[in-house]
Amino acid sequence: MHGISRRGLLKTGAAAGVLGLTGMPLRAQTRGGKLTAGLSGANTSDSWDGRTHSDLFMIASAQGAVFDSLTEVAADGSLVGELAESWEASADAKTWTFNLRQGVTFHNGKSFGADDVIESLQLHVAEGAKSAAQPIVAAISEMTKLGEHQVQFVLEAGNADFPYLMSDYHLLMYPAGQIEEAIANGIGTGLYQVQSFDPGVRMVATRYADHYKGDGAGFFDEIEYIAINDNTARMNALMTGQVDAINRIDFKTEALLRANPALRIQEVTGNQQYTFPMLTDVAPFNDVNVRKALKYGINRQEMVDKILLGHGAVGNDTPIGPANQYYHAEMEQLEYDPDQAKFYLQQAGLDSIDIELSASNAAFEGAVDAAQLYQASAAGAGININVIQEPADGYWSNVWLKKPFCACYWSGRATEDWMFSTAYEAGVPWNDSQWDEKDSARFQELLLIARAELDSDRRREQYYEMQQILRDEGGVLVPMFANYVQAVNNRISSPDVVGNLWQMDNARMAERWSVA
Amino acid sequence: MGSVLRIILQRLALGLLTLLIVSIVIFVAVNLLPGDFAESILGQGATPEAVASIRRDLGLDQPLITRYFDWLGGVLQGDLGTSFAQANFATFTGTDSGATTVAAQIAPRFANTMFLAMVTAAIAVPFSIILGVLAALYRNTVFDRATNIFTLSSISSPEFFLAYILILFLAVLNPIFPSLSNIFEGMSFGERLEKSMLPALTLTLVVTAHMMRMTRAAIINLLASPYIEMARLKGLSPMRVIVKHALPNALAPIINVIALNLAYLITGVVVVEVVFVYPGIGQLFVDSVKIRDIPVVQACCLIFATAFILLNLTADIMSILSNPRLRHPK
Repeated sequence: MHGISRRGLLKTGAAAGVLGLTGMPLRAQTRGGKLTAGLSGANTSDSWDGRTHSDLFMIASAQGAVFDSLTEVAADGSLVGELAESWEASADAKTWTFNLRQGVTFHNGKSFGADDVIESLQLHVAEGAKSAAQPIVAAISEMTKLGEHQVQFVLEAGNADFPYLMSDYHLLMYPAGQIEEAIANGIGTGLYQVQSFDPGVRMVATRYADHYKGDGAGFFDEIEYIAINDNTARMNALMTGQVDAINRIDFKTEALLRANPALRIQEVTGNQQYTFPMLTDVAPFNDVNVRKALKYGINRQEMVDKILLGHGAVGNDTPIGPANQYYHAEMEQLEYDPDQAKFYLQQAGLDSIDIELSASNAAFEGAVDAAQLYQASAAGAGININVIQEPADGYWSNVWLKKPFCACYWSGRATEDWMFSTAYEAGVPWNDSQWDEKDSARFQELLLIARAELDSDRRREQYYEMQQILRDEGGVLVPMFANYVQAVNNRISSPDVVGNLWQMDNARMAERWSVA
Repeated sequence: MGSVLRIILQRLALGLLTLLIVSIVIFVAVNLLPGDFAESILGQGATPEAVASIRRDLGLDQPLITRYFDWLGGVLQGDLGTSFAQANFATFTGTDSGATTVAAQIAPRFANTMFLAMVTAAIAVPFSIILGVLAALYRNTVFDRATNIFTLSSISSPEFFLAYILILFLAVLNPIFPSLSNIFEGMSFGERLEKSMLPALTLTLVVTAHMMRMTRAAIINLLASPYIEMARLKGLSPMRVIVKHALPNALAPIINVIALNLAYLITGVVVVEVVFVYPGIGQLFVDSVKIRDIPVVQACCLIFATAFILLNLTADIMSILSNPRLRHPK
């Protein structure tokens, strides 16, 4: 079962949109019952501190159940308000005013207001805090409480995606003045109230009565998330009915799951991508012709077939995927073409070239195999790749951003600007191809223009052009997008459209799924 | 009895020395692994500044020897320290309130592991002694051979393989026991027992062969002695001869082997706990090694080593006490 892509939904989903606007659920969902899920990505160091969240278990427990953010990305990829009811921007997209929902209470009874927003966001820029969302909050130069339920943000520079950024899973809303207690005990405004939490082991929560989302969300009486990091144990737990749903299916045993009539597999293509970045300030990668030769020397379809066993889509050397708003799906696909590769090598004045490619399975599952496939396909074009197997420990510190050509992965970002400004803007720390003005001044210029552009059509044009530049000249090979594949048993019903921004319906199965 | 006391004291002193050496070896070994806590916890986000700031906060920028003696000083005062993960979390909140000590972190996990060890021991010890006695009684029969083949093949298989076989037959094909042993606080004893059954059975299969074969061998060894012959001539039944006359004298080596296997139940559970998602000390140990959380790794190793030393000591003491010749040396 392939999930409907965001694009497909936009084309066919007009009727659904009308129904959605009336506030009626598309299908009557049963209330009550319990959801038990076996999830990977749990650690004994887990806590309710949103700044530390990085993997599914805590994202599903915190933003997916116990806490809320200002905004939320719906399953179809559109942005809806969560704790914010509405928002408006000034013409330069620099000043944003958020109107907060009224009558919302935290699980300890405190009512939610503007102070909570300001204090919760300030956590990320606190002295010594190591929040992954630090750049988002640091870009806010001023936070003003306009009223009990109104906050104004003034940004350093215009950013049309600001409301999207507020849906980031790190940016959870805590009760002001009680943040330490809230982090220790898990006190949020979410649909579910924590009953017990044992880091790296288990989280149990029950439905919070009189929640502001009402009857349209959070259908279970109780949810239990069990930490199962081991692939086989997770499969066993689902097969024997001890859990209703699991994330991250092992492709090798997927056939067994499909053969079980009590289960169904959910598969969505999102922005998760496996990449090979090259440092464009290091020879020979500083020559655009060499980069082009490398782009034509890789067999993308073979990688999807053999590394992802078909669970993915070919990439076009841009980090913008099907879960993005301005994904350029009609852009001509780069194909494996040894003759073209040879042609561009000659343009660079070379007959053949020797290149070292560093890889480790720490980058992504199968990275070493992928590098070897690349080695084989590139050999036909006179590109001799020497695959260097790096140790998995310390890979991100010692290899990535250091070796000129290596394997890497990105889970992608909800918006184009967020992705580009994380890894493609000149000078940012994670710019893993050292991509800057010398490679494409036009790209860096468009990045700044598009960021503050509020007109959606103009933005689309700008982002399409940027994707084209990356495909033709960029320093990152994005050969494949890896699907999110998860399994659910038939006791649980899930909507037809499942979120593709993150695993498990954007980690919100507690909110969106119900007992069948 | 004075000599027994002296032996105990001597062995305890040696045990402390062993613990010291173990702690040094582990400390050095974990530090030799590539990558450290800061790099592994930050993953892809390991910018040089972030790595340096975590290292500074946790004292990882200090030389190895300083760090070891800091840790040792704490342990000597009964303080196992704070896990890096918890300490790092505390620097996030800016207070110490959120950080739990290693001892508080390990205690519930250790209790779980002990529970599993006790359930396994309660099954495995009687089971293997009875099997051993029966094998000695019916030695060289089909029963004896079958028992030997069964126990030897189960000890020769890797634990995860046994675990998956049990899951296949007892959880998937015949859903008798759950394959997921996620026990937690507040669970009734019955539920706990049910959830722990598959890991306990797996461990039973692993430890049975050793104990059973030792029982069998020790008894058969004694069967040739004159006093056994006397018992037989009195007309006692073979069962009575073995249980009443041979077994008490064969106890010393059996107890020795049982103690060794009990130590294994505490120290060797890592794989089984991971397969069954049992929240014991083994899982914590694996998680901590992965992120190079040295205080937790050290504490786990100390617990493992202490269990081994104490159970070995118990084995020796018990074999002395059960043997009058050793109890009253000339």
